[in-house]
Amino acid sequence: MNISEKEFLAPGHRACAGCGATVGVRLALKALGKNTVAVSATGCLEVITTPYPETAWNIPWIHVAFENAAAVASGVERALKSQGKDAQVVAFAGDGGTADIGLQALSGAMERGHNLIYICYDNEAYMNTGVQRSGATPYGASTTTSPHGKESFGEDKPKKNIPMIMAAHGVPYVATASISFPEDFMKKVQKAKETDGPAYIHLHQPCTTGWGYDPSKTIELGRLAVETGSWILYEIEDGDFRVTYRPMERKMVDEYLLAQKRFKHLTQEERNRIQKNVDALCTELKI
Amino acid sequence: MVTIGACVKEPGSSRNNKTGSWRTFKPILDKEKCIDCENCILFCPEGCINKDYDIDYDYCKGCGICAEECPVEAIKMERG
Ligand SMILES: Cc1ncc(C[n+]2csc(CCOP(=O)(O)OP(=O)(O)O)c2C)c(N)n1
Ligand code: SF4
Ligand code: SF4
Ligand code: SF4
Ligand SMILES: [Mg+2]
Repeated sequence: MNISEKEFLAPGHRACAGCGATVGVRLALKALGKNTVAVSATGCLEVITTPYPETAWNIPWIHVAFENAAAVASGVERALKSQGKDAQVVAFAGDGGTADIGLQALSGAMERGHNLIYICYDNEAYMNTGVQRSGATPYGASTTTSPHGKESFGEDKPKKNIPMIMAAHGVPYVATASISFPEDFMKKVQKAKETDGPAYIHLHQPCTTGWGYDPSKTIELGRLAVETGSWILYEIEDGDFRVTYRPMERKMVDEYLLAQKRFKHLTQEERNRIQKNVDALCTELKI
Repeated sequence: MVTIGACVKEPGSSRNNKTGSWRTFKPILDKEKCIDCENCILFCPEGCINKDYDIDYDYCKGCGICAEECPVEAIKMERG
């Protein structure tokens, strides 16, 4: 794998200590290299990397709004093309900016077949505005708009399956990834770059502030998600589905859930229900 | 003064902001113990460990990820 030693995201940014989003962007940019133009949706990543008049980006970068990263990336891709410039366009948007408000723009970009990479950095809630639930918040998680208490046990809907919705668009490359599996992730970014047409990568990214765990455990939490089967690493190349990592021995989801404040309130019965759902999917995929 | 389109022309200018002042615990890396796995470099959210394994304390926020992810415990977190 040809990985740049250079850093395309400068330090001095305002992310919380131990932020997983910046790890994801650093790795993605290392895999993409210098000849890249980035687009961001509103969200943590945009806010922490560009407190005006500063920027952490060492490559051209543009931000417009919360809902239109994919539309802006489409425009940038066409503008570069019409100028005869050959640069890779990559959009970074949060789970809120992808699964909720940006879904329409994203669907349009996928349908039009732009030659761009869209990376959703999924921390499973609206972190920038104070941990509100998104369509990508997992079942059982407590957020400020799906709080646990007498009347509620937290988020009561399953996580929206965005990568499969993207796959249903028939685009040439779709993958899931985790910041805790850098080689797997960077390989997928490079495949996305080689893809002629739209590529979508859904990157799982633990958030110390929103999930409630010690900042030093960010990578460990991402790994636990995968090792317990709570997050599955796969890719879909021209319609062919392939699991890219299989845990040697799948761990119990309790190990992942109990390490985070957002799941601490769940009863054994509720955790068992989550285990059952994970088991069903993993059995189907032979994980 | 606000530039047209709020355009920022100096790449990486967030370097003006020294986030090392946020730190409570400081990672100390023992190069003798290090086995060159590069985990610490890849996983640092600040990208502030260089290829010679020198940590840039101007920016290190002391999150402790590098120490946690080092397979041979070559990095210790100390107060300060
Ligand atoms: C139209 C619109 N509605 C609401 C907001 C406020 N807002 C800014 S960021 C954000 C949440 C972002 O969540 P996500 O996309 O998951 O990114 P994260 O902050 O978690 O990285 C919201 C609601 C906005 N900027 N624009
Ligand atoms: S709230 Fe979470 S995603 Fe946002 S900067 Fe902090 S750690 Fe990163
Ligand atoms: S403590 Fe955190 S910020 Fe400091 S060098 Fe280690 S990983 Fe980077
Ligand atoms: S994680 Fe530890 S062993 Fe690996 S490169 Fe860093 S200091 Fe060396
Ligand atoms: Mg989010």
